[in-house]
Amino acid sequence: MTAFLARLWEALTRRIDTFLLTVAMAIVGVGLITLYSATDQSFARIDNQLVSLGVALVLMWLIANVPPQTIARVALPLYVLGVVLLVGVALFGVTVNGSKRWLNLGLARIQPSELMKIALPLMLAWYFQKFEGRLGWKDFLLAAVLIVVPVYLIKRQPDLGTSLLIGASGFYVLYLAGLSWKVIVGLAALAGAAAPMVWPLLRTYQQERILTFLDPTRDPLGTGYHSTQASIAIGSGGVTGKGWLNGTQTHLDFLPERHTDFIFAVFGEEFGLVGNVTLLVLYLLLVGRGLVITANASTLFARLIAGAITLMFFTYAFVNMGMVSGVLPIVGVPLPMMSYGGTALVSLFVGLGILMSVQAHRKLVTS
Amino acid sequence: MRTLTLGSPTARRAAKPVPALPRLRAPFVYAFFLLLFVGLAGRSLYLQGIDNEFLQEQGSSRYSREIEVPAHRGRIVDRDGEALAVSTPVKSLWAFPGKVEASPAQLAQLAKILELPPQALAKKLAPDSDFAFIARQVPPEVADQAMRLRIKGVYDQNEYRRFYPGGETMSHILGFTGDHDAGQEGLELAQQEWLGGKAGSRRVIINRRGDAVEDVAAIRAPQAGRDLALAIDSRLQYLAFRELKAAIDANKAKAGGLVILDAQSGEVLALANWPTYNPNARNKVAREKMRNRALTDVFEPGSTMKPFTIAAALDAGRIRPETMIETSGGAMTIGSHTIHDAHANGTLSVEQVIQKSSNIGAARIALALPSELMWEMFSDAGFGTPPRTGFPGEVSGRLRPAKSWKPIEQATMAYGHGLSVNLVQLARAYTVFASDGELKPATLLKGNGPVAGKPVLKPETARAVRRMLEMAVQPGGTAPKAQIPGYRVAGKTGTAHKLEGRGYTNRYISSFVGFAPASKPRLVVAVMIDEPSAGQHYGGAVAAPVFSAVTGAALRMLGVPTDAPVNNVLLPPEGSEVREET
Repeated sequence: MTAFLARLWEALTRRIDTFLLTVAMAIVGVGLITLYSATDQSFARIDNQLVSLGVALVLMWLIANVPPQTIARVALPLYVLGVVLLVGVALFGVTVNGSKRWLNLGLARIQPSELMKIALPLMLAWYFQKFEGRLGWKDFLLAAVLIVVPVYLIKRQPDLGTSLLIGASGFYVLYLAGLSWKVIVGLAALAGAAAPMVWPLLRTYQQERILTFLDPTRDPLGTGYHSTQASIAIGSGGVTGKGWLNGTQTHLDFLPERHTDFIFAVFGEEFGLVGNVTLLVLYLLLVGRGLVITANASTLFARLIAGAITLMFFTYAFVNMGMVSGVLPIVGVPLPMMSYGGTALVSLFVGLGILMSVQAHRKLVTS
Repeated sequence: MRTLTLGSPTARRAAKPVPALPRLRAPFVYAFFLLLFVGLAGRSLYLQGIDNEFLQEQGSSRYSREIEVPAHRGRIVDRDGEALAVSTPVKSLWAFPGKVEASPAQLAQLAKILELPPQALAKKLAPDSDFAFIARQVPPEVADQAMRLRIKGVYDQNEYRRFYPGGETMSHILGFTGDHDAGQEGLELAQQEWLGGKAGSRRVIINRRGDAVEDVAAIRAPQAGRDLALAIDSRLQYLAFRELKAAIDANKAKAGGLVILDAQSGEVLALANWPTYNPNARNKVAREKMRNRALTDVFEPGSTMKPFTIAAALDAGRIRPETMIETSGGAMTIGSHTIHDAHANGTLSVEQVIQKSSNIGAARIALALPSELMWEMFSDAGFGTPPRTGFPGEVSGRLRPAKSWKPIEQATMAYGHGLSVNLVQLARAYTVFASDGELKPATLLKGNGPVAGKPVLKPETARAVRRMLEMAVQPGGTAPKAQIPGYRVAGKTGTAHKLEGRGYTNRYISSFVGFAPASKPRLVVAVMIDEPSAGQHYGGAVAAPVFSAVTGAALRMLGVPTDAPVNNVLLPPEGSEVREET
């Protein structure tokens, strides 16, 4: 009996990276505690989040048990599906709050841009692996086209934040695949030069957000409200915080979107500087472990996808905390594994699953 | 163009069958991540450690409010403790009209609860105004009912509302309160410090909608105001008001006043004015109706001044009550001026000068006195200085310095022209005769029984004048209608042409000042009727009956022992009344 249980346990945990899972679960735990406070001690959202977590863990376990080369096979179909759905959104999408981001499939409403967050780096990694050894500038050009198509489609929804993040995920693959520094610097310079020309192309609310970011006091009750309130919430936490469930800005309804995008402000107010630094360290450990896995990856595909996922984790965490604490403009990015939201949690754990798959299967090719 | 940086193949790697991987650009990525996370930590440190005070302040300024807790204003009560002004808690509803979100059904309900026509409510909430009171000072239960509709953008606030049970009968003395229940007129204003108390404050936590969700601490408990006891006797006040109003109506007069003083303590037991107003509903009350004319308006007193002229001469030993004064012809010329009596009297004793109210007699007596002596008498009786009742805005009246008096002026002042008084001053001056020569302080606040006044006259002088004043209300005097069954009365009529611009008009101020019971005076009552125009204008015909009605009823109410048989009232035959011409 014990032998059976031991074998079962072994089968369950064989492909699981304990370190990565521990850190991730620690962050999820902190997230649930904060969520409980942010939703005024209601269990409804906690329950939902726990259900999502269950689904996410199962998916993570499944993917961790699939070798990277098998994962690579779904890259092209997933990418094509993603692009088709995005075109579908553009043609038949549902408009919510002035943006056309959702596709009504009868059974459920899906947001194809979420799918693209994984599909794009997978596609690029698969592509670079397929033509490994004879990569030339044409390949990078094609990769650029693969990036630009979904980014453009998402940008015109409009969803500037997500399109930039997905563009970034594509760029990470290019970077890890060895895109020349000259090209990177050149592109950066080009982007800088183009910025003034892009400005008029932005929508008014996007311009507002950037202006508000540069000067949050410009319109404190309007566009600057979120940013100002979040800074006040974090700042009023002080070094040790006001204590769990005691955040005044949070509970008195001053803080908007407090269980989703701005959950970091709730956390910062209640747990203070000590809590913030602890949380940063947790994310740093997660990303660090991701980088170790990346470094250990045995194939180009594995390395590229692991690296891209790690960098995405970092980017989401950094952009969210940066915007909540007022060093970045407000873009709608949830805090990984903390913000309320099932889709995001599931896709993050799918990412973890891929990382674990890469880590678990690194020996297979070599041995 | 080489676009791929390949890792340099080491011997170990070269041995492997897999193609060499590109060198992971790890050190740069590590450094970059670390840098950015350190940046975030730094930001966190800045917000939570360094810029902390400002942000905490900002934070608490958003949720923490110090709200004022209004203090309960003290009551104003009469001398027997009956409430004359009380504050009750009420609520006001207000809104920022542009931000009200209400369904038509909600608005209809709100209008119904507040008993407003729906159009009036819609007008209040017209989006062109920034702020609007929807309902002011409504009973708390009505406001609570309205708030239960949960209309977004409608707020309530606690207030106190002052109620004046006495309504228009008492309004001039009390005045009223304005915003925040603070005194704005009358004694409410003068005694603000005593009545008002000190508003307290509480610290509360509010949410984004501004609702107080938690009471944190009382910073200062509100200090309730203290009750104020007035000298006023409500019963006498109602009586005075009722009789004054009846007299005003009967005489078709423009205005009037009535003051009752306690002869022994100087306390103002009643002070009524007409026109008046209801302080509980003073939205559209004309300013002039709010004047406490008995204290803030002056008039030329006329003959009611004669006793003071006589008293000055008696006190100085210049005359005695029996001294005969020649008033022959009913006219007397002083310089280029001629003064008249209403009808020729021949030779009169000093007593008769008062009884018949002879202008010439009074003038002759006055002209025999140094002007300083007469001035001193008038001034000692309280004329020319404010009566200091503690009422805001009381006036002093006009009494010019003796040095500037010309003989004709001294002569006319002897019978009350060329100087001005207010009604309270006049009533108070008569306490000199009602007592044995002491001027009592007139006070609106309740005192502790009889007070010693300022000695002004020798007791025997005061008693002598009192006798003369008794004669004036008996048959053969000017005011038999002032008599009261069962009580001896002393008093003096006044009938003065009104001065308008530079000259006298044929409009009159009729007055009567007297006291009773004459054997041991208890009440001093002054009545003034401004512009009687129903045929009668003599003080003896217009003001004296009011005195009689008020003083008689007041004495009985106070249970003052009678000092005369009840059949003491003797009226002269119709048509033979003595009239005086000032």
